[in-house]
Amino acid sequence: MVAPLVLGVLVLVVWHLVVVAFAVPAFLLPTPLAIAQQFVAQFPVILSTAAVTGGNALVGLIAGFLIGLVLAVLAASSRLIAELTTPVVLAASAIPIVALAPVFTIMFGSTTEIARQLVVTVVVIVPVFVSSARGLRAVAPVHGDLMTSLAATPWQRARFVRLPGAVPYVMTGLRLAAPAAVIASVVAEYFGGLQNGLGSRITSAAANTAYARAWAFVVASIVLGLLFHLGGTLVERLVTRGRPA
Amino acid sequence: MSELASAKSARSAVELDGVDKRFGDVQALSGIELTLDDGEFVSLIGPSGCGKSTLLRVVADLEQPTAGTVQVGGKPARQARLDQDYGIAFQQSGLLEWRTVAENVELPLHVHGVGKAERRARAAELLELVGLADFAGSRPAQLSGGMQQRVAIARALAPQPKLLLMDEPFGALDEMTRERMQAELLRIARESGAAVLFVTHSIPEAVVLSDRVVVMTPRPGRITEIVDGRRPGRDAAELEPDDVEDVRETAAFFAAVTAVREALRKGHQ
Amino acid sequence: MGGRTRSVVTTVSAFALLVLLWELVKLVVPDDGVVVGGVRILPRTDDASMPHVWTVIAKLGQPEVAGAADVRTVGAAVAQSALYTLGLALGGLVLGGVLGVVLALVMLRFRLAERAMLPYIVASQTVPLIAIAPLVAGWGGKIAIMGWAWQPWASVMVIASYLAFFPIAVGALRGLAGPNRASVELFTSLAAGWWTTLRRLRLPAAVPAIIPAVRLAAAAAVVGAIVAEISTGTRGGIGRLIIEYAQTATGDPSQLYAAILGAAVLGLVAAALVSLLDRALWRYRGAVG
Repeated sequence: MVAPLVLGVLVLVVWHLVVVAFAVPAFLLPTPLAIAQQFVAQFPVILSTAAVTGGNALVGLIAGFLIGLVLAVLAASSRLIAELTTPVVLAASAIPIVALAPVFTIMFGSTTEIARQLVVTVVVIVPVFVSSARGLRAVAPVHGDLMTSLAATPWQRARFVRLPGAVPYVMTGLRLAAPAAVIASVVAEYFGGLQNGLGSRITSAAANTAYARAWAFVVASIVLGLLFHLGGTLVERLVTRGRPA
Repeated sequence: MSELASAKSARSAVELDGVDKRFGDVQALSGIELTLDDGEFVSLIGPSGCGKSTLLRVVADLEQPTAGTVQVGGKPARQARLDQDYGIAFQQSGLLEWRTVAENVELPLHVHGVGKAERRARAAELLELVGLADFAGSRPAQLSGGMQQRVAIARALAPQPKLLLMDEPFGALDEMTRERMQAELLRIARESGAAVLFVTHSIPEAVVLSDRVVVMTPRPGRITEIVDGRRPGRDAAELEPDDVEDVRETAAFFAAVTAVREALRKGHQ
Repeated sequence: MGGRTRSVVTTVSAFALLVLLWELVKLVVPDDGVVVGGVRILPRTDDASMPHVWTVIAKLGQPEVAGAADVRTVGAAVAQSALYTLGLALGGLVLGGVLGVVLALVMLRFRLAERAMLPYIVASQTVPLIAIAPLVAGWGGKIAIMGWAWQPWASVMVIASYLAFFPIAVGALRGLAGPNRASVELFTSLAAGWWTTLRRLRLPAAVPAIIPAVRLAAAAAVVGAIVAEISTGTRGGIGRLIIEYAQTATGDPSQLYAAILGAAVLGLVAAALVSLLDRALWRYRGAVG
């Protein structure tokens, strides 16, 4: 616990001293102090823009989580559906989904948040689907035999073994997807559209050579990402408590 | 009364007639003939790959025989499974980690739509029987391996089966726990009155538990010999669990162990 | 029908179904989409928003600028740009990968370094590091390292490399620390030194953990390169092309769709290259107890 804190403080101090001592230009790297000052000065703007970016991330996270989960359940219930969805989702995991932002903007208009929320949704579907599908497939053979010996119907198998057994995997997918939602939400703003989120503030500040301000918004997005990560971890812990790790 | 008794004895707990089972090119079971009487304790023993687990799974209708007939309690194996006429315990306890101990015991009743109050009462009764009444609300992960196996046995007994199928249930336990569990199992089997088909690869375990020990050999899996266990006939069923320790030191026990070992060695030649 | 044939058939069908779905949406949903309470919940489907799939494909063969003589086709432009970006992404992947493995080795060798750095490296996976892309953009043309003027494409590669760096550092550390105790003790009993143990045991044993990390890193590097091109305005790459086409898309978006198709193919090619690497290292996969 101590070592990371020491390293963190050390890095900040060295960073500050190096920037001051070598007169590093601000476009390369502002001092941590300048960034902190901007963070304070811009705090109201940071809050309102973070609410927009975070809101888009949250809407997309919930929608993508539900869609990913439903797709995984469908894939687990039918081999054909599994064979049709799996390659598409695997391809989606390899392609740069944020590049879809301009397309969604054209389809839904540039004056709504829908386009960005859709980007987040698609980004979130991938880890949730992959992790949930793995969980739904991972029925221990002994549990399968047990349910057969109990003459359980397919629905009872799902209800008593498959679905509850998949819960930790589904939650892992959610935990992985939560910070990814923020990343997608910020980056989607780089592709144009409304100028009301953290991402668009970073680009506009950088374009105006207000580098310390841009860094302050970067710090804000990092905090937002960590918050989503913590939220995802918390939900995972709550839902899977009482189970062996 | 006598009519009822005769009707019962006419219908044995398990009846296997000419059972073959092939997996692709592998002949797992060949010409199996075996009958278990009501309340009888029979062990299947043999080296790995002799088909003893497959035989148990055929009785449980988890595998279908390639040839021959399997009757459980006078019904085809499939019907017996659908009617929940047997309970089964595996080498792994197979408890569902997200359910409490009591909810795990209730599982068979839950699957078959028994009401909540009745399930609770039956689970409490069974946990009492296996000595885990204090752990009803615990999670399986909080229990030791031996306790988890006892929960699994309680679960197997939940539908009040006339037959208990056990596939090396004590295989993963240490020797001390194992011997204690054997005594427990004998008591439980006697109190529930169920016949038991028990798969093991431990000779002393087979002998100490069984009325009869069925010796099997591999390639193809078949029965080579049936040896009387340490309980000739039904009389010894009155044996107290505490006596099991003493049984291990009797001449009859050693004689039976030797007989089984001889049978296994013969099968290997 | 063998398993392989079947999976090819289902994969092709899956994408064919996607195309069908696209055309179906175009057919069924009204041109201006469906707006409920001021929010458009279904997309606009006119040709200016959702072009026919065949329009996009036909576009690949048409010249980039209508009417101009001797210009490249859209397809050629997309392919060239995607290749350029692929080069930058792969360069970033290699750079980030090497640094990531080196850092993992340092953490493996020095427990203190691991204790101090690991929390940050793990946390780095959960924060939008890519957000600083617009800031690295400022370096172009303004700084010089040992007489070499910083080029915009170098910014792109730096961004791709630091996005690739973190997953590989985490994966490599997990893999290198992965061999079970018995194997490590075997090497100790053979009086093998740290380097021998590393070369003969830890590195081979790390392969199964590193490959998925490289796969993640490759995808991150591709996204990083594209986003970096957009924020730095670096010419020549697919990211920039997407933005250029997006700005001229009013009226005919098929060119933009073609560019995005190119970006998707780029991601798939990068993933396929990682699979080749995986194939080449097949003998290190799978573990014994």
